[in-house]
Amino acid sequence: MGIFESLSYALPELALAIGAMALLTIGVFLGDAHARQISYGSVGLLIVALVLTVAGPSSQSASLFDSAFQVDAFATFCKVIIFAAAAIAILMSQSFIKTENGGRFEYPVLIVLAAFGMALMVSASDLISLYMGVEMQSLALYILAAYNRDSRRSTEAGLKYFVLGALSSCLLLYGASLIYGFSGSTSFEDIARVAAAEDQNVGLVIGLVFLISGLAFKVSAAPFHMWTPDVYEGAPTPVTAFFAAAPKLAGMALFARALMAAFPGVLLDWQPVIAIIAVASMAVGAFSAIAQTNIKRLMAYSSIGHMGYALVGLAAGTVQGVTSVLIYMAIYIAMTIGAFACILMMRRRGGMTEGIEDLAGLTKTNMPLAVILTALLFSLAGVPPLAGFFGKWYVFLAAVEADLIWLAVIGVLASAVSAFYYLRIVWYMWFDEPAHAFERDAAPSIRFAAWGSAVLMFPVLTIFIGSLRRVAETAAASLF
Amino acid sequence: MTESFAEQPWLTLLTFAPLVGAFCIMLRRMIAKTDETGAIVEKEQAQVDNVAKWVALAFTVGAFLVSLGVYALYDPSVGGYQLVEQRGWIGGGVNYKMGVDGISILFVLLTTFIMPICILASWDSIKSRVADYMIAFLVLETLMIGVFCALDLFLFYVFFEGSLIPMFLIIGVWGSKGVKEFAGVSMPSKVYAALKFFLYTLLGSLLLLIAMAWMYQETGTTDIPTLQQYEFGVGAQKWLWFAFFASFAVKMPMWPVHTWLPDAHVQAPTAGSVVLAAILLKMGGYGFLRFSLPMFPDASIFFSPLVFALSIIAIIYTSLVALAQEDMKKLIAYSSVAHMGFVTMGIFTGTKQGIEGGLFQMLSHGFISGALFLCVGVVYDRMHTREIEAYGGLVHRMPLYAFLFLFFTMGNVGLPGTSGFVGEILSMTGAFKVNSWIAFFAAFGVILSAAYALRLYRQVMFGQITKDALQTIPDVDTRELVMLGVLMAFALYLGVNPGPALSVFSPSVDLLMNNMGSALGGGA
Repeated sequence: MGIFESLSYALPELALAIGAMALLTIGVFLGDAHARQISYGSVGLLIVALVLTVAGPSSQSASLFDSAFQVDAFATFCKVIIFAAAAIAILMSQSFIKTENGGRFEYPVLIVLAAFGMALMVSASDLISLYMGVEMQSLALYILAAYNRDSRRSTEAGLKYFVLGALSSCLLLYGASLIYGFSGSTSFEDIARVAAAEDQNVGLVIGLVFLISGLAFKVSAAPFHMWTPDVYEGAPTPVTAFFAAAPKLAGMALFARALMAAFPGVLLDWQPVIAIIAVASMAVGAFSAIAQTNIKRLMAYSSIGHMGYALVGLAAGTVQGVTSVLIYMAIYIAMTIGAFACILMMRRRGGMTEGIEDLAGLTKTNMPLAVILTALLFSLAGVPPLAGFFGKWYVFLAAVEADLIWLAVIGVLASAVSAFYYLRIVWYMWFDEPAHAFERDAAPSIRFAAWGSAVLMFPVLTIFIGSLRRVAETAAASLF
Repeated sequence: MTESFAEQPWLTLLTFAPLVGAFCIMLRRMIAKTDETGAIVEKEQAQVDNVAKWVALAFTVGAFLVSLGVYALYDPSVGGYQLVEQRGWIGGGVNYKMGVDGISILFVLLTTFIMPICILASWDSIKSRVADYMIAFLVLETLMIGVFCALDLFLFYVFFEGSLIPMFLIIGVWGSKGVKEFAGVSMPSKVYAALKFFLYTLLGSLLLLIAMAWMYQETGTTDIPTLQQYEFGVGAQKWLWFAFFASFAVKMPMWPVHTWLPDAHVQAPTAGSVVLAAILLKMGGYGFLRFSLPMFPDASIFFSPLVFALSIIAIIYTSLVALAQEDMKKLIAYSSVAHMGFVTMGIFTGTKQGIEGGLFQMLSHGFISGALFLCVGVVYDRMHTREIEAYGGLVHRMPLYAFLFLFFTMGNVGLPGTSGFVGEILSMTGAFKVNSWIAFFAAFGVILSAAYALRLYRQVMFGQITKDALQTIPDVDTRELVMLGVLMAFALYLGVNPGPALSVFSPSVDLLMNNMGSALGGGA
């Protein structure tokens, strides 16, 4: 394949990279006063990338750049969600951008750059491109975490994220170098051949464990989750909303591709590792969230738990398993965006509040918000008929099909425990006497995100879950 | 003409009609003006509440009429599933499939019949957030009808689990006041009850989810009729049976996982208690009949001694516990557990009498326990206490009430002539066929139920009026009289003439036993 033909398959990424540079340049000339225009430009850019992903040549399968970059249904599925989630995250930050702290034009551009990194991640089929994608994404995220530079918490979050992130990148690199050393190649295809051929390649497996550790950090799976609550809490809320959604899918997609494309031959070696990480994440998510009083911290633990459920599907190591991961992540992202839209609406006299008790009696002061949040919380808890339940069903189904019944049983036990803290919020909202009402002047984009997400949870996805499953199945099948 | 008429999606209409009602109320509520604190302005509040009540009543009555239509279309002489409708849903062998047979049709009727009564029971006693309350009840009705109509295991699960959400809110928001100390934290006792209800049932159901996943990967479908014909291996059956049992035993509830029920009953508003006792508990028994028995016949036989033991303990132990209660609702709640013991005992005898007895007992309990909770509600609305101690000598002031209460007390005891008698005698006959000792111990339950029910009646009704507050207590009004009278008529009719109800069950129960018999190789 010639270079131009190859590049045509990478049009969405090219658009993002070039567009981000252009926006940065424009921003320098226009200055912070035009941060809004830059943010609209960024959203436009993401939409262009989304359209190119679906409609351009990249909608077909191709292996580019010496098979370092894979374009297939799997990548398309993930990219569509990532670009959409990033665009929504920028739109939800509108009122944040208006404020003094957030009012700098780099903000939306950084999100675009992070989305670019994520697009690389989901397409990476080579250890080097994998690392490039991860770093591209992470560097943008480090800055975003510390974006509120006058706030001590935000700075701390950024620093903590950076230091721990750098550590995890080291693990990842070390694993990659071991894998390269024992297989003689960085390409997933070649690694797969070596892994399948030799019966006990210990070095390769050790390298794989390091790689898994590094990736587990990126998706905030236990025991590599330590940074998550602090970063979620410290980062400005719109940034947290972005953190909680798209990067998780990118990390999980990368995880899936690395394991399925490069190491299908040593499934029995990595399956227990993933299963243990899944159990640890579900347990941490379920038990640690109980004592939280800050809703952002609670969401952090909740997301750790959700990564655990998604990893249950991954541990299955089958087409159904990857399908379930994709379904789960798609639903998770929709829920998370909605939940953070609700958190963004928790404002009193200009200031944000983050305490769970601040939600007390919300049904009496702001019924629509309470109903939306209730639907999302029940969905996060995995109670039917809300969409979150279907995600759990497919994940557990995949585990059962792969003879991992014990893992599924632990999963349901964890989800019963975690139901408690979601119910606790519902309890505050419905059963308690009202606290002071929130301001009712939320930006339309935030309202729209909250409503949209709630309507997706019920009834849209409840009815059309079959369509999502079919798309996810096609996407997952392209990995095998 | 009749062909196409009967082929319309009647069950879907019936199931989702209440949801439409809920949506109407929601719309009315949303267009109401609100002040700056977010509350609806006072002027409109009364109007919204009124609309909510009438819409709820209209839709529940409407659903009842539709269910009568469904009953008319149903041919009771055939045991199989009727009015079946199927639509693709999530694909891969999981469909949206509805249908009724002789076992479920009567539960559907029971549900649609009890719901208007619940709305009436809440007419005056619910004063805060009326619109939300009515929405919760209508949503709950949709989910309950769905449970009984679903012919797909996955669909069943969605309805079954979904019903936790509205009930959780009903208990938590409109429950009674009081504070509970739990694990060093003090929380409102209604919240404690709501959480306990939710988490207990959720934990039980989640094991069912795993079992369902396993069955799906084994058979490639969640279609209930197909699964009922499928022969699972004996080893697998035991595990699956156990997972289903965990879910339904909690719902039923059986000893020792019944402890959520007294809390939930005591804290729930009157109508909530009625729904809980009359319908939600029946989902457990229905589940046993729909899934455990036909799908895992070997395991059902294997585990039946366990079920018998738990049922006997439930019957005797919880009856004794009921004797010691000082709260009227708690007493009735424990008596429910005891009565459900008869149901599980009857069902797992695997005999025709036993199964029909269990079914009949569930129906009858639906009317009688529902009515008893309504009776408690009547005096609770007047006195705002459920303490047995706080009453005494009510017969002097409320003769009509005393009469109605007496009838339902007797029904609860199982006096011949009431529906309670038929269910108990049938399930005991069934038990006698299997093992006379089981029937012997179960008979203690009948004696004990007379003890606690009559004790309650004596302390509340007889004696002199000693409390000043009771001197002016008014007798039942027309609304209450209508509710209780209708229930009484049904309980009496079923008691005197159980034939029609039994003949609706009978073909389906025969079919169930045939299937079980052929699965067991002609035994049973």
